[in-house]
Amino acid sequence: MAVRTLSVWAAAGEKPEILYWVGCAASFDDRAQKIARAFAKLLDAAGVKWGILGTEEACTGDPAKRAGNDFLFQMLALQNIQVLQTYEVKEIVATCPHCFNTLKNEYPQLGGTFKVWHHTQYLSHLIQSGRLKLPDNGSWEEKVVFHDPCYLGRGNGEYDAPRFLLKKTGAQLEEPERHKDFALCCGAGGAQMFKEPEPGHKDINIERTEELLRLSPKRIAVGCPFCMTMLTDGVKHAGKQTEVRVQDVAEILAERLGLL
Amino acid sequence: MAQIIFGLVLVGAIAIFVYHVRLLRKTILLGKEVEIPGAPAQRWAQMFRVAVFQQKMMDKPIASAAHWVIYVGFLVINLEVLEIILDGLTGGHRLLAPYLGGLYDVMTVSAEVFLGLVFVAAVVFLWRRNIAKVPRFHSAEMKGWPPLDANIILWTEIVLVVALLIMNAADQLLQARHVAPYEAVGTFPLSQWLMPIFSSLSDETLIIVERAAWWVHILGILAFLNYIPFSKHLHIFLAFPNTYYAPIEPAGKLSSLPQVTAVVKEALGMPVENGSSDGAPQTLGAKDVTDLTWKNLLDAYACTECGRCTAVCPANLTGKKLSPRKIMMDTRDRLEEIKYALHKTGKWESDGKSLLGDYITPEEIWACTTCNACVRACPVLINPVSIITQLRQYLVMEASQAPETINVLFVNMENNGSPWAFPSADRAKWAETLA
Repeated sequence: MAVRTLSVWAAAGEKPEILYWVGCAASFDDRAQKIARAFAKLLDAAGVKWGILGTEEACTGDPAKRAGNDFLFQMLALQNIQVLQTYEVKEIVATCPHCFNTLKNEYPQLGGTFKVWHHTQYLSHLIQSGRLKLPDNGSWEEKVVFHDPCYLGRGNGEYDAPRFLLKKTGAQLEEPERHKDFALCCGAGGAQMFKEPEPGHKDINIERTEELLRLSPKRIAVGCPFCMTMLTDGVKHAGKQTEVRVQDVAEILAERLGLL
Repeated sequence: MAQIIFGLVLVGAIAIFVYHVRLLRKTILLGKEVEIPGAPAQRWAQMFRVAVFQQKMMDKPIASAAHWVIYVGFLVINLEVLEIILDGLTGGHRLLAPYLGGLYDVMTVSAEVFLGLVFVAAVVFLWRRNIAKVPRFHSAEMKGWPPLDANIILWTEIVLVVALLIMNAADQLLQARHVAPYEAVGTFPLSQWLMPIFSSLSDETLIIVERAAWWVHILGILAFLNYIPFSKHLHIFLAFPNTYYAPIEPAGKLSSLPQVTAVVKEALGMPVENGSSDGAPQTLGAKDVTDLTWKNLLDAYACTECGRCTAVCPANLTGKKLSPRKIMMDTRDRLEEIKYALHKTGKWESDGKSLLGDYITPEEIWACTTCNACVRACPVLINPVSIITQLRQYLVMEASQAPETINVLFVNMENNGSPWAFPSADRAKWAETLA
């Protein structure tokens, strides 16, 4: 099924039930694009009518805001809100917790109020409402460790949805020492992704990856494209890239459903 | 005579304390006005949960247990202090005994139990700090005054406890010897074990010991009361308003600056609701403490420097200069300068110094990942990220001093609507290879 933009939906005189906010990472980063494709296949498998903004989507403004540039943030936010309101968007799902947080918590003050989901929440919802059916393919002897994204977990209090999905895959879910509200950041937030770290004795992603690798997992599950980059680098740094895969929760779920 | 002296000391001590509380309030209110989200009912619930019942303290069970003991002990023993004050003013002795009857024994027994527990808890805290050397009490910013302050508080508590126990021991001996006005009242399960130390003393000397312990205890309390406004111990009062006024909203949320909204809307040709961008120009972000919100300033005074924030900060853990505790301590140190100027001259005029630059360096604030681990860790809902973000806003929007790579980020976002220099036309390319 070809991906339809909201303008294509509008031209057909229809409206999708939800807008998938792809975000810059999943739009442009080779690795993160795979997250978008896995999520798209899951949406189709559940029979969801969905659309994207395509060229009409712009950065939510999150990195500018965290870096202290409220002008640039509000410039992008107000323009995005205008686009969203033109298409009368009511519901949005994002595969990036930074987009999710900004759309959900920071757009209302600027006049844009929508129902916003993180993709792990939306997928849990699709499973619970029976729209996304999981084949009963038994237990799966794969040890998976989940890394909580700061802006999904601490930022918005969502710890259950990604764990619910991982348990549904049959994976052996293990928790690192620091998890849920005490999870350690991957090091990318607050615009750190786009700058060199300040002098220190270690990079944050190395510290976090070492902690995750201590559990000897087969896979590290993430819920954020920036965590994906940071932890993939961390796994490479540890020389474990052939043994341990870093994957988004949606990718693991799509794989278990035979969609990839 | 003793009553008059006591009355004067009591009134004087309270007057000095009230003066400093008012000065403190004036200093905090130099911060910018801010709307705090959350209905009063939710805020009261939050205050009861976090401050009264110390929910977040329990993340660390040993510290929490010892802290509970000192907290409850403070309340229970203060009932006895109430009696001490009444005795001091009236010249009576154990004035409440006849009125409370059997309850008086309950009061003295519980006070004695807590005197013992508080003594143990204070020793545990001293041990953790000075012998076990819990790492968060020994990081970079914990040099000089901060650790001294902590030790002064704990030793003062020990001195106050011991004075009360000595007073009760001497009192019991005098009661047993039927010396007036020491009538046989109260039950003292702990201090009775101290009686043998003083049993060889004469009645006259015992009275001196008892009176001396009484004066040490009450003068100690009044001195401690006036020490608190200058100490990290201020948290025993400010934990309550601080948790009441902590915003009830997702930790991930950052508010937008309204004065920026007006400018941006004008630039985009959108209607501006709440007036235009004209009017008195306000500093964007914060350079000094007076540019921060009053809640940020209350946060700084509510901080008791426990360091749970710094112990979980990813930047600090990996050797960066950033320490969320230092952000709060610097904010308070700077406020103390301003408070002193208010005390001296009654008003605040800039002294050419500022929080950003003279206390906090750009290197510190650029190391923050805004992960909110510090906010989660704080037992009294202090938010260092809020201060860090406002300092960044000043650096970027007023001083144009962002790191080079951050400026590249801004340019990309402006030109391409993306943090990377990819053309917007390629946004849907990921979907081309979808089956």
